[in-house]
Amino acid sequence: MITVNINGQDQALDVEPDTPLLWALRDVVGLTGTKFGCGIAQCGACTVHVDGQAMRSCVLPVSAIGGRSVTTIEAVGKSPAGQKVQQAWLDIEVVQCGYCQSGQIMSAAALIQHIPNPSDADIDAAMSGNICRCGTYARVREAIKLAATGHCAASRTIPVGPPPTPPADGEKAA
Amino acid sequence: MSAPANTRRELLLAGGFTLAFALVRGGRAEAMVSPIPQAGDPAAAKADGNPAFAPNAFIRIDRTGPVRLVMANVEMGQGIYTGEATLLAEELDVGLDQVTLEHAPPNDALYAMPLLGQQATGGSTSTRAAWKVLQQAGAVGRAMLVGAAAKRWNVDPGACTVERGVVTHTGSGRKASYGELAADAARQPVPTDFKLKDPKDFKLIGKPFRRLDTAGKVDGSTIYGIDVRVPGMKIAAVEICPVWGGKLRAVDDSAARAIPGVRDVIRMDDAVAVTGDHFWAAKKGVEALKIDWDLGPHTDFTTDGLAKGLEAASRSGTPIVARAIGDQNRAGHTLEAVYQVPMLAHAPMEPLNAVVQVRPDACEIWVGTQVPVRCVAAAAKLTGLPAEKIIVHNQYLGGGFGRRLEEDSVARAVQIAKQVAYPVKMIFTREQDIRHDIPRPIYFDRIAAEVDGDGYPVAWRDRVTSPSVMRRWVPQGLRKDGLDSDTVEGSAEPPYDLPNLRVEWVPHDMPNGMPIGWWRGVGPTHNLFKVEGFIDELAHAAKKDPVAYRRHLLKTNTRALGVLNLAADKMGWSGPQVGPRIGRGCAVAFCFGSYVCAMTEVEVSPTGEVTLRRSVTAVDSGTVINPNTIEAQIQGGLVFGWTAALYSELTYKDGAAEQGNFNDYRMMRMNEVPPLEVHLVQSAEGPGGIGEVGTAIAAPALANAVFAATGVRLRRLPIDRRLLVEGRTRNSIPAVAPLAALALAAVAGADATERDEALVGDDA
Amino acid sequence: MSRPARIRLAAAGVILAGFAALALQVGAGRSTTAQAGAAADPALIDRGRYLAEAADCAACHTAPGGGPIYAGGRAFKLPFGTMYSTNITADAATGIGGWSDDDFVNALQHGVGKGGRHLYPSMPYTSYTGMSRSDALAIKAYLFSLRPLHAPARPSTFPFPFNQRWGMAVWNALFLKDRRFEADPALTAQQNRGAYLATALGHCGECHTPRNVAFGLERGRQFAGAVLQGWRAYNITADKAYGVGAWSDRQLADYLRTGHGDGRGSASGPMGEAVAYSLRHLSPEDSSALIAYLRTVKPQPGAAGTEANLAPPAAVAATAWAPAADEKSPGLGKHIFEGACSSCHQWNGQGQQNAYAALIGAQSVNDPAGLNVVQTVLHGVKLPLGDGAAFMPAFGSGYSDAEVAAVANYVIGRFGGKAGKVTPAAVYKAREAG
Ligand code: FES
Ligand code: FES
Repeated sequence: MITVNINGQDQALDVEPDTPLLWALRDVVGLTGTKFGCGIAQCGACTVHVDGQAMRSCVLPVSAIGGRSVTTIEAVGKSPAGQKVQQAWLDIEVVQCGYCQSGQIMSAAALIQHIPNPSDADIDAAMSGNICRCGTYARVREAIKLAATGHCAASRTIPVGPPPTPPADGEKAA
Repeated sequence: MSAPANTRRELLLAGGFTLAFALVRGGRAEAMVSPIPQAGDPAAAKADGNPAFAPNAFIRIDRTGPVRLVMANVEMGQGIYTGEATLLAEELDVGLDQVTLEHAPPNDALYAMPLLGQQATGGSTSTRAAWKVLQQAGAVGRAMLVGAAAKRWNVDPGACTVERGVVTHTGSGRKASYGELAADAARQPVPTDFKLKDPKDFKLIGKPFRRLDTAGKVDGSTIYGIDVRVPGMKIAAVEICPVWGGKLRAVDDSAARAIPGVRDVIRMDDAVAVTGDHFWAAKKGVEALKIDWDLGPHTDFTTDGLAKGLEAASRSGTPIVARAIGDQNRAGHTLEAVYQVPMLAHAPMEPLNAVVQVRPDACEIWVGTQVPVRCVAAAAKLTGLPAEKIIVHNQYLGGGFGRRLEEDSVARAVQIAKQVAYPVKMIFTREQDIRHDIPRPIYFDRIAAEVDGDGYPVAWRDRVTSPSVMRRWVPQGLRKDGLDSDTVEGSAEPPYDLPNLRVEWVPHDMPNGMPIGWWRGVGPTHNLFKVEGFIDELAHAAKKDPVAYRRHLLKTNTRALGVLNLAADKMGWSGPQVGPRIGRGCAVAFCFGSYVCAMTEVEVSPTGEVTLRRSVTAVDSGTVINPNTIEAQIQGGLVFGWTAALYSELTYKDGAAEQGNFNDYRMMRMNEVPPLEVHLVQSAEGPGGIGEVGTAIAAPALANAVFAATGVRLRRLPIDRRLLVEGRTRNSIPAVAPLAALALAAVAGADATERDEALVGDDA
Repeated sequence: MSRPARIRLAAAGVILAGFAALALQVGAGRSTTAQAGAAADPALIDRGRYLAEAADCAACHTAPGGGPIYAGGRAFKLPFGTMYSTNITADAATGIGGWSDDDFVNALQHGVGKGGRHLYPSMPYTSYTGMSRSDALAIKAYLFSLRPLHAPARPSTFPFPFNQRWGMAVWNALFLKDRRFEADPALTAQQNRGAYLATALGHCGECHTPRNVAFGLERGRQFAGAVLQGWRAYNITADKAYGVGAWSDRQLADYLRTGHGDGRGSASGPMGEAVAYSLRHLSPEDSSALIAYLRTVKPQPGAAGTEANLAPPAAVAATAWAPAADEKSPGLGKHIFEGACSSCHQWNGQGQQNAYAALIGAQSVNDPAGLNVVQTVLHGVKLPLGDGAAFMPAFGSGYSDAEVAAVANYVIGRFGGKAGKVTPAAVYKAREAG
């Protein structure tokens, strides 16, 4: 039994010590928001936060976590950085198939947490480890800027809701 | 829409089937299958649900509830849920938020779309196929609901307006909601004469509404196939014989069984699986197996050998003429070239998987698929159960790109689940996913033109040599003479004014019998690389600006000219070369019903590394349903196409695939992607497809830009960066046998290299 | 890259050198006295297993990819052909079941197999010659306690004259110092034990000691470091700047036990295999003895500019998640690092997810020629060390020579504080060697 603090709760995991956190999360705890993409730390789909640092859970053995706390996509919205990132993702509609986006959001939230107003170079440094097969990179970049500054070059979407509202901030929708 | 393309698409549609998906409620995605399975098929029951009003296959209105759209396409990132809901909601006059999406239960007879019959999601067909149908469905529904209100109030239907699903009589101010009117509406006659909205009155179409499936994808709650959990389920990892056609001889599983968490070891003809409490146990179990394969008869299969076979076939095989017009042997100065593209893996971000439970009386399948009914057929065959006992619960797709037009993962999971008493979730490791892909085939294309004194083509000949996807996937879709129209889509009907043209296809089957499949962008992906590369070559040989050259050939094609001019304007096109080792490339096409022009600016380092600096794309895809979605699809499609052009090649040696994961099957990353400008042409034409356009147009614009930057003509993908090292002047391209001679059935010698290189020019 | 490959090149040189010798000195096979093997007692077998691990017999005598242990079949590709390791299980027909104690001892100590056949020096008998008879016989007892496996030796593909084993006799006469280990009175008992482990059983010198033109080990430069098969075996003398003199006992012990010493990087390639299959099985006493001995090895200087820099400026200025804001290096190396490498190694080189990803202090990133960095990038790492954690993907087939060179130089600059000198041509060569 290995106990790991996940999203604020201690979870006793009945797995071998070499089990990557990814599989403990998905198959043992039942948190499937963290995705499997490659298993070799090359795609970032499995990114979680461990004490606030973005980590690839597919190569992180549960035995290596120790007393540190794990945050997954299911709970990242509770932090101000995570909340801002998720909202920006919706505002300019980053996602396509969405499968990589848990990881993108976790990487982005960690970035903004550490560097509140990241430059393009910072974004490259923090985000290039996350692969998106649907090719949402341009919007990921814009969404990070939007989350950080409230402004970005991309056009906003119109939220679907009663009644349909015009785009926020008087920005023109394309 | 070109004739051959049309054929392929129709068959693509006919080959597919009804679908079943996740439901989207009020913008929140909810798994169609709750984590707790229930007897029977809850979703099917829901979909039927005895609505008060069901004027056609798509609309369900209950007394209490919102409008339900019975969806006929699967969401894999392309935004189709939202697009189709928009079409319906527009004509029905309801808010997008008032539409709930549901899957059609597996009943082709009842739920087939009237215009199309059965349907799969693919080939950028969804919107094109659905838009009129859904608009009409909405208009009919609205007319009946308004008719019911008018009758109730005894007023003229023309005096009623509708806002967000509430009918108002303008004179009296009386109001009734669709829900209240649903039962009465059902008794209204179905109008045969109804009017669609004037586009200027559109409230929803053409606006960048947020997609309905987005919220769950940013908080991790969306359930993809790989996320489905069913009580009692075990998880399986699998190892398939590395060589196609090989068999399992024996396996020593003693070490695997000793691993904590491992449950069972399952033997199949050509594979072994290990089930476990979680995927890690299963995967470790598979790694601990000592497997003795009988590698079978195809261990000598290599991609090099395949390429040689194609080359020989293109020389001596019997071509099928796809399209021939005018006099294709008009005299002129001949230019010709060989273009080659490799086999490709799909590598969707979500590795292939399927959850299957086989019971004596039924088989339940949870999977994200583009072809649910093919899955049913595969499971029926393997279990011996009748098709109606196979229940497919479709899930969100973590990318499809054509890979999920195959049912092999479901078949594999059924084979495993058949042998155990519990439900099994089978997951491919990324390595299995790539090594056992059903790949995009290889193509070997010879193209030639006779040009006049100004360098414009007077005759055009194009010979594609390749295996055929259709022969396996939709054999009934082959033209009578055996033509697989996919192989020449994008090539048989170029947008240019080419009155004398002959396009042919030489079939060359995979020598090892391995299946090959659809890949995002299908035929046009390889054909546009060649056609647009070759047009660029002709422009260069004519010493003309590639954009000006294309304008001349597009004089009569207004929409194509429109996107070319728009892109050139936004790019600030001033010529192909804009700096030392910095160049711009252009490519134009009509494909998937849309017109597109991509312009790319690249810089090539002295060591041959290609950096994309800018990308401008102009698109005319007819009526724009959601501009935000179109922009996203073009952006994503370009990245998908560039990735392949820069890095992707699936190679086989000793019969087995050599690549396995993102370390050796490389993906474009964020720091490689330039700003992606997309400009849309306003148009009232019917909507074109968009999901594959960007992918198909990406490589030629890129390769043409590399030529502008370096003078090196890339006729083979992926880009061989060694050719781009500064100071290299000659192309290393295989010798070309003159196609002119071939066309006259005289096989010439193979010493045309110099001639080939003459095209390249060393003055760039 | 397999660990036994480390001696391929040496073996090739040795064979060539053997035939180059003009003197036709045909060394007679030593006479053997057949003796019945001692009745195996469990303690002896246990000791034999331990010694076989310390001598890393399995690494060479097991076919890769899960072949049966000690049944041989591992290929050694030499410039003039391929040879295969032999079956050393007790199978009478195809293994060493028919070997007497003397046959076995003779093979280890003199490089001569049963019946007088000369072994090729892929078998490190120039080191094993120091092994005591009793240790050799314990190993034999262990091997004979295992199930005999029928596995005929695959013939080597050497053409004439390299298939003439007598040539080895010539080389042996010149370079085989046929002498058992003798304790050095100047050393403590512990240090002597370490010396025995290092020189005889563990045959460290086969990789870590430079060779002369005839491929004999340069005794005067013991453990000064050498290059084999495109990998650098580092200086493991007591030199503080170039060797392991400045490593703490803890760092050395961890490195031997786990393949990683905090602040000193991780073993990969052949050394990683040596740890995985041999060194990590050493008892704590033997590990301490080995370290104690290494402390006594005469310091040997290395090339200037290869000293380990424990505080490289770029890494020190960075955080885990980003390089310093003022860092301007938009080059190709950084570009690749940020995509494929930084999520494990991190911008400050501390490494995350597992300790093996730490790069600061590693000798590999302090070698401007970047031999091991290049090899690791090309071939990756997959070793059964730690909690399934010593893993790095191989990037060789996905990345061009220019890209591998650029990222290697970037890593050397960032984490070694040195100007890397890796060229695309060197990467091309390393691909061939690997
Ligand atoms: S699954 Fe962990 S990085 Fe790809
Ligand atoms: S959104 Fe599909 S992989 Fe990124």
